[in-house]
Amino acid sequence: MDALSIRDLEKRFVKGRRGEVYALRGIGLRVAPGEIYGVLGPNGSGKSTLVRIVATLLLPDAGEVRVFGHDVVREAWKVRELIHRVSAEAAFFKKLSPMENLLYGARLYGIPGRIAARRARELFSRLGLPPDRIGKPMEQLSRGQQQKVAVARAFLHPPRLLLLDEPTTGLDPRSKREVQELILELREREGTTVFLTTHDMEEADRICDRVAILDEGRIVAQGTPAALKARVSCDGSEATMEDVFFAVTGKEWGDDEGPEAT
Amino acid sequence: MRGLRPLRRELIATWGFVARNVHLTKRYWGWELVWFVYSLTSSLAVAYIGLGTERLSGPGVDGNYLTLYLLVGTLVWSYLSQIFYVISEMVAWERWEGTIEYTFMAPSSRLTHLVGTSLFAVVYGIARTLLILAAAALFFDLDLAGADLGAATLWLFVGSISFTGFGILAAVMPLLFPERGVQMTNVVAALLLLVSGVYYPVEVLPGWLQFLARASPATYVIRGLREAILEGRGLGDAARPLVLLFLGGLAMILFGTWVFSLAERYAKRTGRLKRSG
Repeated sequence: MDALSIRDLEKRFVKGRRGEVYALRGIGLRVAPGEIYGVLGPNGSGKSTLVRIVATLLLPDAGEVRVFGHDVVREAWKVRELIHRVSAEAAFFKKLSPMENLLYGARLYGIPGRIAARRARELFSRLGLPPDRIGKPMEQLSRGQQQKVAVARAFLHPPRLLLLDEPTTGLDPRSKREVQELILELREREGTTVFLTTHDMEEADRICDRVAILDEGRIVAQGTPAALKARVSCDGSEATMEDVFFAVTGKEWGDDEGPEAT
Repeated sequence: MRGLRPLRRELIATWGFVARNVHLTKRYWGWELVWFVYSLTSSLAVAYIGLGTERLSGPGVDGNYLTLYLLVGTLVWSYLSQIFYVISEMVAWERWEGTIEYTFMAPSSRLTHLVGTSLFAVVYGIARTLLILAAAALFFDLDLAGADLGAATLWLFVGSISFTGFGILAAVMPLLFPERGVQMTNVVAALLLLVSGVYYPVEVLPGWLQFLARASPATYVIRGLREAILEGRGLGDAARPLVLLFLGGLAMILFGTWVFSLAERYAKRTGRLKRSG
């Protein structure tokens, strides 16, 4: 059974005078259990909309999305037990400490406070969050530390499918590397399937088993990074993911910075 | 035992909402202090109108009775509106913090979310109102010897249920209207304040406003509390209206939860869940 299967997915939004605009159109993909699958695209290409639909936070207009066989619309409850999402923005109660935020998150998943506190301490230690930060308000933590707390929150109730929506955006190179290592380690140790969106070409190339390139709400190419690069390599020199993007969209990376659908 | 697991999980999640709000209240203690001082001074200002009226109108007016009449109204309103605002602004608050998607993505039911938030609102509201009452008692010579405090407590409890339902229904507005939803809940609260006889008997209102007063649960709660405190009216006399208010409150909670679920679906279809105002 696929960890994630998406078939003919469509999502439209009403955008003022522009009327209805397509955020996603004809999306189809399958992610195997234990795979790290990346969706690569510029801002406004529909990546976050796609993740939100899988996370049951948006309803699709057409098509079907299943997580380990469960439909995200009709069986949203079951899907929510199998997933967790980490997004680019720090979605925390800013005045609460990392521990208070994690206790809240854990209890929503039915984990009692005592067990959650023990697990949180283990995760903070593994992620290298300084102990003196654990009781401080989130707003006093650096961006990298906040993102580590976000990752720790996702693993309090280990998900079978982890949705990472640009998890390293805005991080310094060292923090970015640490989060990437953690994703690889978690896949290795827990067998977690990872569905990752990014606009970082190097990140997609480095950690993803397979990649889909999303442009203006459509998947224009998908495959392993090596296969995609081989497809566009012409004179024997190794292509980059940027070359792949240019070849399949006809655009330079960064040309299309339209507004994200939601 | 297996059948109890989902229930246990929902209970843990309910506590999660209560504990979160306790933590937030502690962290925002400065705001709480400001808000407490504001509520206390407002209550005192209203209650002094009773003594002021006696001074202006002469001995024909019982200033102490009027003071207690106004104090009951302002304290009960402070309590009920607290419940209303905590619940009705839960969506706006989470949107502002940026956590709304995480809460809505968790596998706990919306009823648990609403009940957890309401539980905190009731406990917090009671604690806060008692503090204001204790502080106000230092300013006035309150005579509660003839009051039936048991009946008054029951009126307050049943009133909490009614206002929880109202709060849940009002919480739909910030969910559907990210930019103006909170202001809309203020309009609802202001209308309830006008028609519910907080500072005067509803009989002084024009006929059409008295019609609205009959639809407000606060009208019955405030009247019941005044009768219990000012006239010592016991539970025997109040049983029927209390039962009706209780059943109406439960119906309002169920109706509010149902409407909220429809609004949540609409928000998820149109992408309004996350958008901030």
